[in-house]
Amino acid sequence: MTTTANPTRGGLTARALPPENLVTAGEVAAREGTAGRPRAADSSAARRAAGSVPSAATGGEAAHPTAVDSGARHHRPAGRLVGASVRRREDPRLLTGRGRFVDDLHPAGVLHAAFVRSTVAHAEVASVDLADVLATPGVVAAFTADDLGLGDISARLARPVEEFVPTDMPILARDRVRFVGEPIAIVIADDAYAVEDGLEAAKVTYRTLPPVVSDTAALAPGAPLVHDNAPANTLVDVAMFATPGIDEVFAGAACVVRVRTKTGRQNALPLETRGAVAEWIDKDGQLVLHTCTQTPHQVRTVAARSLGLDEQAVRVVVPDMGGGFGIKCVVGREEIAVAAAALRLRRPVKWIEDRKDALTASFLAREQRYDARAAFDAEGRILALDADVVCDMGAYSCYPFTAGIEPLMASAEMPSVYRVPAYRVRGRAVTTNKAPTAPYRGVSRPQYVMVVERLFERAARELGLDPVEIRRRNVITEFPYTGVNNITYDPGSYRESLDLCERLVREEGWYEAKAAAAAEGRHLGIGYSCFSERTGYGSAAFAARKMEVVPGFDIAEIRMDTTGAVTVTSGTQNHGQSHETTLAQIVADRLGLDLAKVRLQQGDTDRITYGWGTFASRSVVVGGSAVGRAAAKLADKLLVLGAHLLGTEAGEVELAPGGGVRVRGDHARAVPYTAIAEIAYLKSNLLPEGCEPGLAATASFDVLDDGTFSNATHACVVELHAGTGRVEILRYICVEDCGVAVHPQVVEGQCRGGIAQGIAGALFEQVTYDDNGEPSATSFMDYKVPTALEIPDVAIHHLETPCLFTETGAKGAGEGGTIGAPAAVLNAVNDALAPTGTELDDTPVTPETVRNALANGPRAAAAPTGEEDR
Amino acid sequence: MTAESTAQARTGYRERQLVVLDVNGTEHEVLVEPRRTLVDVLRHDLGLTGTHVGCEHGICGACTVLVDGRPARACLMFAAQAEGSAVRTVESLAGPDGELSDLQEAFTRHHALQCGFCTPGFLMLAEGHLAACPRTDKAEIREVVAANLCRCTGYQTIVEAIDDCARQRRNREED
Repeated sequence: MTTTANPTRGGLTARALPPENLVTAGEVAAREGTAGRPRAADSSAARRAAGSVPSAATGGEAAHPTAVDSGARHHRPAGRLVGASVRRREDPRLLTGRGRFVDDLHPAGVLHAAFVRSTVAHAEVASVDLADVLATPGVVAAFTADDLGLGDISARLARPVEEFVPTDMPILARDRVRFVGEPIAIVIADDAYAVEDGLEAAKVTYRTLPPVVSDTAALAPGAPLVHDNAPANTLVDVAMFATPGIDEVFAGAACVVRVRTKTGRQNALPLETRGAVAEWIDKDGQLVLHTCTQTPHQVRTVAARSLGLDEQAVRVVVPDMGGGFGIKCVVGREEIAVAAAALRLRRPVKWIEDRKDALTASFLAREQRYDARAAFDAEGRILALDADVVCDMGAYSCYPFTAGIEPLMASAEMPSVYRVPAYRVRGRAVTTNKAPTAPYRGVSRPQYVMVVERLFERAARELGLDPVEIRRRNVITEFPYTGVNNITYDPGSYRESLDLCERLVREEGWYEAKAAAAAEGRHLGIGYSCFSERTGYGSAAFAARKMEVVPGFDIAEIRMDTTGAVTVTSGTQNHGQSHETTLAQIVADRLGLDLAKVRLQQGDTDRITYGWGTFASRSVVVGGSAVGRAAAKLADKLLVLGAHLLGTEAGEVELAPGGGVRVRGDHARAVPYTAIAEIAYLKSNLLPEGCEPGLAATASFDVLDDGTFSNATHACVVELHAGTGRVEILRYICVEDCGVAVHPQVVEGQCRGGIAQGIAGALFEQVTYDDNGEPSATSFMDYKVPTALEIPDVAIHHLETPCLFTETGAKGAGEGGTIGAPAAVLNAVNDALAPTGTELDDTPVTPETVRNALANGPRAAAAPTGEEDR
Repeated sequence: MTAESTAQARTGYRERQLVVLDVNGTEHEVLVEPRRTLVDVLRHDLGLTGTHVGCEHGICGACTVLVDGRPARACLMFAAQAEGSAVRTVESLAGPDGELSDLQEAFTRHHALQCGFCTPGFLMLAEGHLAACPRTDKAEIREVVAANLCRCTGYQTIVEAIDDCARQRRNREED
């Protein structure tokens, strides 16, 4: 039996946060006398920075003061590991080349697979001729959909057909292909070179159909249909929260602003591509599927269904993972095909996606179009928000989230950190002849935050208000706050993060720098974004989306062995987030153990009942709470047995630091865990009556609430270069609040990495297609992943509003950086462009658009946005 | 001509050559197709899987190794081209008992790696740079780091780790 945590809304009491909950690290450092390190908040450092602003463009030290000392972040009881930036336990193997990634697995006799993929965007498959493939030296086999007879991947929402059209994704295309890169056949050879030779010999004939290559083309009257059962190429169409009287509010408002924007299609782009090694193990009667997935149990569920096996006959094992960012939290068709081939051939089969396929034929994200309006009163208070969101989801729904992942996220959460009294939204997912969409870090929030923040900037400009002041008048300040979108926001530091961020920008002298630059004819701009990040979505939140498969909980199992060391198994799945360190910190604290005595294992469906893996910034919230609860349950048994050995009652004892049980108030009377473990395993005859042998516990945790909201304010300072159109980021400041940081250095890493990906979306990366649906970005020459020369240093400042229902007070921190960065960058660009009268709302902002905007001068009107495809 | 022989003629499959490689100070003989890349030989023939493959077209740098002391993309070299050169991989950095080198220590201290997939490439890039330019500075390190891609860190901590290592090496030299 497992128990499920049930944090209730009652835990979120309405109270003003005491000021001591909002202490910046700089202040703590000053108070503790540890203020030796340079900090951006340090006014002398700020003055130095301000003095050197013009040269800061070259990335000088003064403009990039190091972030605050994370170790001094908050008052941490001595010996407590949560809150300490201990050395990552993952690092030694990863630094020495001893990590084990999926392509490092090399079972004896392994064969290599690759896929014959569609070369056209939309067609009926007339014939597939693999004779020459099979004749290619080294090729062992080749299978089509008919050969394998696999079940489709089916993702569903429990919504009426007017709101959701169910479509299925076959493992291999049968009679129809819907995007360039869609797999048609799997080819297996005895090495990775021969399999490529085999692919070249495949002959596929197509009866081409007109491709649908944009959302506007998809929605055009008489458009060709990507799926015959989806009229108007619409997979999801949901209208929500139409506040009565909203049209009258717009009609009577002092100020109405509008933002129409289109955001570029992106690839989450983990450096490690997708891959799998599948093998049938006779001894276990199991198909073992090694694959780099964020969600091993979901892969098991889909693989078993598709292959027609019981789930106990499928074991999914996840090796070290080279990133994921969401693209690996959906089930891919290739890993199922590889499993089927391994079953058929009774040989191990490996598939490692190449970069071209990763760029063109995996899962993409982020291509959205917004038409949004906001109404404000004369003082800048927002009165209403009205948005039409269209997400180009490509050819198929992803499992388990469906094509609803982006429009439902945007629709539910768009009011963001503001008190929006009236709200109306229509969210649509359209299907096109492009590679399908999966969640990507932030999921719609980078886009809607950008839209909302642009609306506020535009309103500020129209009303003659300072852009920070207009936000200040609208951010939620009293918690819990239940919004017009029926979501209850737990306590955060929206206003405080905004105030601190603005203060830092002022103290560093960027406003003076901007004025000085303008006097010289240069184009500096300052932009902000203020946002929250819902983390730890529980089953209630996913059920509210009407997903038929409802993620949310997680399970943790803990065992103590005879040496007093513990093994913890979590259903979450590390792929760079440092779970081996952070989840172990939580358990070590609970049990008073050294970190070295706690081992975390993940990524093996045979080792834990079920898990929901890692996505949506859930792991420290849900998984962290589950391991904490499992440790607490184990502690209960340790106390009972310890008391028994000490000849007293469980109520009289407590856990002792270092791993033991002692009598309260008489610490000399103590037994170490090893003595308890001895009777639990090796001398069970000494156990108290009715006590079962063994030291193990299982617990689960779910968030039955609306989750917990991390928040942040970002500020970005850019200079636009008229000659080249380059957007140079001179300064980036992040004031974040993710509650209690289990490992502050890891949190900062998540912030910086997330911001880099947000900047990438704002300025660099885009997957484009030509009119035939042919993808243009097939290599890193065309898909511009930013390097160290494009990504700036980021100064990070912490606030801490603890979560009231997680075991540690932690909130999630995985996505905030990515969510906030596009808005901050775009606002800075537009601030710099303000004298020209041009506003750029589409992303990525390219050098060409910036150069044109600057060249066209003050009177140039903005190119109409959102009207045509780019 | 049969399909099989056509394919053989087209690909040269089965034609192999003996290649002698000096990797991390050890001599290896491998019998490989002429088209086999250095990174595939390192990873799959020699079992040195620390060197990773991220793009196979020379942009991401995950496969960076040192060839005669200079950083090189092992995905863009045929194994045969490395004959007569000394190849160093990430497996050479730590001490024999697994003790991390000063560069590796700096990476873990600065949290310069998250998923760790790109890390061996950055380590070898830095190892080559620091050997060639011990008096390097942060701006130069940033330019060097821009040769490779990392998707997790945002690069700042990688630059800081390499700079820290360079400073410590200089300090030790002066002592």
